[in-house]
Amino acid sequence: MGNNVKSDTNTNRRQFLASSATAACGVALFGLSGCTPDDGGAVLLRPPGADKDFLGACIRCGQCVRACPYNTLKLVGLFQRGGTGSPHYEPRQIPCEMCADLPCIKACPTGALDPELTDVNKIKMGVAVLVDQENCLNYLGLRCGVCYRSCPSIDKALTLDARHNRRSGKHTLFLPKVHSSHCTGCGKCEKSCVLPIAAIKVLPRSLAKGKLGEHYRLGWEEKAKKGESLIPEALDLPDRMPEFTLPSLDEVKP
Amino acid sequence: MKYLLLRRLSQLMILTVFLLGPLAGIWLVQGSMAGSMTLEVLPLTDPLVLLQTFFTGHSPSATALAGGVIVLGFYLLVGGRVFCSWVCPINMINDGAGWIRQRTSMGDGSLGTTLRYWLLGFVGILAFTTGVTGWEDSNPVNIVSRSLVFLHWQVIWVILSLFLFGILLKGGWCRICPTGALYSLLGYLSPLKVRSSNRETCDHCNACYQVCPEPQVLVTPLKNSAGSSPVILSGQCTNCGRCIDVCHKNIFKFGSRF
Repeated sequence: MGNNVKSDTNTNRRQFLASSATAACGVALFGLSGCTPDDGGAVLLRPPGADKDFLGACIRCGQCVRACPYNTLKLVGLFQRGGTGSPHYEPRQIPCEMCADLPCIKACPTGALDPELTDVNKIKMGVAVLVDQENCLNYLGLRCGVCYRSCPSIDKALTLDARHNRRSGKHTLFLPKVHSSHCTGCGKCEKSCVLPIAAIKVLPRSLAKGKLGEHYRLGWEEKAKKGESLIPEALDLPDRMPEFTLPSLDEVKP
Repeated sequence: MKYLLLRRLSQLMILTVFLLGPLAGIWLVQGSMAGSMTLEVLPLTDPLVLLQTFFTGHSPSATALAGGVIVLGFYLLVGGRVFCSWVCPINMINDGAGWIRQRTSMGDGSLGTTLRYWLLGFVGILAFTTGVTGWEDSNPVNIVSRSLVFLHWQVIWVILSLFLFGILLKGGWCRICPTGALYSLLGYLSPLKVRSSNRETCDHCNACYQVCPEPQVLVTPLKNSAGSSPVILSGQCTNCGRCIDVCHKNIFKFGSRF
């Protein structure tokens, strides 16, 4: 009798442990990446030709990663956010060299990387943003400009804008400015930033870009397009000179 | 043991071919089991992940489609779940766990054989509603195979989970795997089947039931002798050939479904 009770307890305990462990395994397997199926706020830069529906089209086979000659592309690791096994790159580690033949796109079997993208200059993987203006050496008044010089689209995607240095009162600041229409997001600037942590970083365009109201028109651009002002130039009224004359002294005199 | 050894050989050879690239620089195959390119001519695509991209609203380009058609065609010929028992790396993990399970008193806990189809439906709904191939965040089949090929050591935790799962529940992951569920649908059509041709000699030793990963498929062809077909017609049979290996009466052999 005593033995039976003991073995019952044993069985129960074993069953309890077994079912607990089973549940734990199940949870571990189902929640493998520990995240929701969407990007979940992960800031990931995707290979050339990936659009916003990328995670719906990518089969996470890794062929683009293998095709990348510079090992720029990596797979999102296990237990990381943003779709485990899908490709991304970290420019501060290895930037995109923008191969003219786009081997990553050629390797993609599904078209998740758009095969119609053939011009490297039209790549839009992200956009560089000078996020830390407080620590950027050029903003501090130094003549660093390494990001500017490393940009493959120098003077188009990245320019140095001259500004008066009001701190010293007599020098010029050369402020790096990104032009998103030319920036591919290759990340050469982020890679080359001399600070221990880059002041300029590539961000997904959806995160970095604002949008002007649809109805906004930049007057100077419209004018340049048309060759003249869209509305008649301001009325040029005749300048009125003071017409009155001072009263003569005679009149003032009583 | 013949088919067991052949299967292990097949599983290990496929893994080796994938690993030759990253380990030895011999790139016979690019990619992973989710999608691969062999010798730059033969595309292969995992049909489940391809199906998910349909459900997300993406129309995959020709390479992936061709790869899917080739894979589906192949398994339609040799038996749908041949993938499970001859290719999938999880089979080795699960068989190892099952081996331990048989030698311990783990009780009779198992998950039903229809759960895999519910899960398959869930995978489709997940892709349709979220617009991403969300199952691939959890799919152990592709996670394990890809992580092995890309040498992500963290996969050890997944393998351990699967191993524990296989020890605690009869059939383990392979009982509920939606990849297997999809392939099993092909298995209902494929011509290559295990036949219990001389089932009248069966002495009810139970050896086949003990080793079969899906013993429910054996019942009708083996026991309901009256008028029933001596072919294991169920698509859930993985054509692993373990029953052929263990039957001391040589009841089973591979043959055609007709």
